[in-house]
Amino acid sequence: MLEIIKNTNIDFMGKRKYTFIISGILSILGIIAIVQVANGRANLGIDFAGGTAIQLKFEKPVSLHEVRKAVEESGIRDPELQDFPAVNKVLIRVKKTEQQLGQVSDAITLAISQKLPNNKYVVDSTTVIGPKVGSRLRVDTAQAVLISVVGILVYVAFRFKFNFAVGATIATFHDVLAVLGIFYVLGKEINLILITALLTIAGYSLTDTVVVFDRIRENLKIRLKDSVESVMNLSINEVLSRTIVTSMTVLITSIALFFFGGEVIHDFSLAMIVGVIIGTYSSVFVASPVVLLWPSKKPLAKK
Amino acid sequence: MKKNILWRFLFIGFTVLVAIVFFLPNTPLFKSMPDWWKNNMPSKGIILGLDLQGGLHLVFEVEGDKAVETSIDRYIFLLRDALQKKKLQAEVKRNGLSIEITPSTQEIATIVKEGFPILDASSSGQSLVLKISGKEASRIKDSAVDQALETIRNRIDQFGVSEPTIHRQGENEIVVQLPGVKDPRRAIELVGKTAQLEFKLVDDETPVAAQLPQSVGPGDEERVLEQFRDKIPADDEILFEKKLNRETGVVTKFPVLVRKQAALSGNLLSEARVSLDTKFSEPYVSISFNAEGGKLFEEVTGANVKKRLAIILDKTIYSAPVIQERIGGGNAQISGSFSMEEAKDLSIVLKAGALPAPLKMLQNVTVGPSLGEDSISAGTRAGLIGTLAVVVFMIAYYRLSGVIADFALLLNIVLLFGAMASLNATLTLPGIAGIILAIGMAVDSNVLMFERIRDEVRTGKPPRSAVDSGYHKAFWTIFDAHVTTLITAAVLFQFGTGPIKGFAVTLSLGVLINLYTALIGTKAVFDLINSRRDVKKLSI
Repeated sequence: MLEIIKNTNIDFMGKRKYTFIISGILSILGIIAIVQVANGRANLGIDFAGGTAIQLKFEKPVSLHEVRKAVEESGIRDPELQDFPAVNKVLIRVKKTEQQLGQVSDAITLAISQKLPNNKYVVDSTTVIGPKVGSRLRVDTAQAVLISVVGILVYVAFRFKFNFAVGATIATFHDVLAVLGIFYVLGKEINLILITALLTIAGYSLTDTVVVFDRIRENLKIRLKDSVESVMNLSINEVLSRTIVTSMTVLITSIALFFFGGEVIHDFSLAMIVGVIIGTYSSVFVASPVVLLWPSKKPLAKK
Repeated sequence: MKKNILWRFLFIGFTVLVAIVFFLPNTPLFKSMPDWWKNNMPSKGIILGLDLQGGLHLVFEVEGDKAVETSIDRYIFLLRDALQKKKLQAEVKRNGLSIEITPSTQEIATIVKEGFPILDASSSGQSLVLKISGKEASRIKDSAVDQALETIRNRIDQFGVSEPTIHRQGENEIVVQLPGVKDPRRAIELVGKTAQLEFKLVDDETPVAAQLPQSVGPGDEERVLEQFRDKIPADDEILFEKKLNRETGVVTKFPVLVRKQAALSGNLLSEARVSLDTKFSEPYVSISFNAEGGKLFEEVTGANVKKRLAIILDKTIYSAPVIQERIGGGNAQISGSFSMEEAKDLSIVLKAGALPAPLKMLQNVTVGPSLGEDSISAGTRAGLIGTLAVVVFMIAYYRLSGVIADFALLLNIVLLFGAMASLNATLTLPGIAGIILAIGMAVDSNVLMFERIRDEVRTGKPPRSAVDSGYHKAFWTIFDAHVTTLITAAVLFQFGTGPIKGFAVTLSLGVLINLYTALIGTKAVFDLINSRRDVKKLSI
């Protein structure tokens, strides 16, 4: 029997003073990110902000500087460029413009054909999103996130005692905020794909938390004499092996996606990697301590 | 082998077989299948999303107000006609979305009330103000969207796109999805062009016509229009004739003074096709009018010999030839230094008819075929590497039980593809990510059980009862864990568009199949091992 973790006896609950500080900082970062998004100061993707994105695949390696010069000389202000040198691809994004939809991409391709005549390219993708679609998508997304959080809360409250539902919800929020905050600090684009990743992380992290809670509930029934805190510690230690193995497998596949999945889902995979790590951390260090701290009139055991 | 274990294996085998049958259409093998198989068995399989096979996703808004304006303009012509018949002198003009008739007399009011009950009349000072009721206006807007939908469908049918999706979204939007289109710009042009064809007489008699500049540089149109706005007669307007120099690519525009009222319009066409000029081998579009249009065309040309007739598409003059003689037979041609493709597209839009109102593009997501191919190969590579890594990890960690988990994992993948094929689900790039994630999570259920079984083994239980109670205890944990993932997947499915919906589909199917393989597949293997001999020790 190969076991990475065997009969551990770590005092997880006793470390909550430190972990609450870490988690607090991560959550505040996330809240700042949300405020910035709401004020339109974050790096919003064009699917939310509206604008044009065009990805070109060149025949030969291309200098980002030359592409930028060509685009800017065609009269397009503040283009954002990102290159994928391994595959000779360049992504050009232009947010809100006065020009009509569709004209920006034509102007960009025309400028590049003229300024870089010796390096042929094909247009990989063009995305043009009008401001109306963008703002509608923002509202839809906010709704979706809210609905799924409420759905999860209701389900957990139905299956567990209310305190656990609070713990699970706070832990889930914590994970989503933390990943959002980290992406904000890294200056990554906040787009629909990231939101998808966040919701997946929420579901995943909750799975992790539910597994821990399940064991706590079971142990609370048998170990009536022990304190709730020590039962929690015991339960977390008991499921630690499972928690880590599962995180490992999801992490392995996310890393495979990150390195080999291509540029389109690069950021998605990065979010998943960060999210899985934080989700695992929170199911151990955030969810259970919150259950313990949340005032409860009735004893936690039973039900 | 115990009977009930045998049955379970047969059942698993059966589901695998069904999955393979459904997935066959996605394999090259399907082409070499006999005909009876192709005709009677599922033949669609998994559909590749636009992001994987390349194509366009367009969202247009139908500018319904313009349709209302058009219909108001039509009422103005009818009103003028009705007043003229009664020999009444009155000015009828449009003011935004209402009509003003000056002066406002009792007689005029009666004519309006009797002939045009759909218009709400009220007097304001010297004028009679007519408005289309709100209900009628929204009816016009609504039918404009339906008509536009129908027209776009016709155009795309003739353009030839396999499996296009064209549907209405909300109050005034149209979504057009064109998979596999190689020339996106051309397709957008074809769908989005209003294609309002009009024939208008050129007004060369008014002295102002001679004062118009010879040609206009790019961006200068507005200035010219502004300069001449008050100088031209009220019944005239300035339109521009566009000429393209094929060698230099330079477009020159010539202002032309034409009558506002069209002599003929495209709704009287019966046919449009591409023909080739024998002299210059330059393509042009020849059009035929229907009986009514032919008669009108003959009248108009007969009455205006030696004058010029402008052929106008969407406010741009294509040509303005001099009428040499009365033209019978109802045929005409539109030339304008077209390329073969342009001529073909023009004939398509003319045949399918004009859109009832202009379209405004709200969204355009175009994926070239090369990116789709790149994404498929990247996704497959990441999937293979990820799966392999997980398989190795599981065997290293759980040994023989790891092999069982890997068996469940492969079962999972086969069933997932089969389920997707049976639902004709759309596979998108985020969908591939969903599958790869589901692979990572698939192992989770097994891990949960193995850990439980390990616990039971530690307490000294014999293998068989350790497996049974381990499974029993893990069941609700697995169930709860999966339901929470399903909740988020369902929400993603509900609100997500295209690619994200694909992600939700693969993730939720993955989760459901995961439950099946873990609770039935893995358990059957464990029971098989335990039933064969007196197992002393579990390799877990």
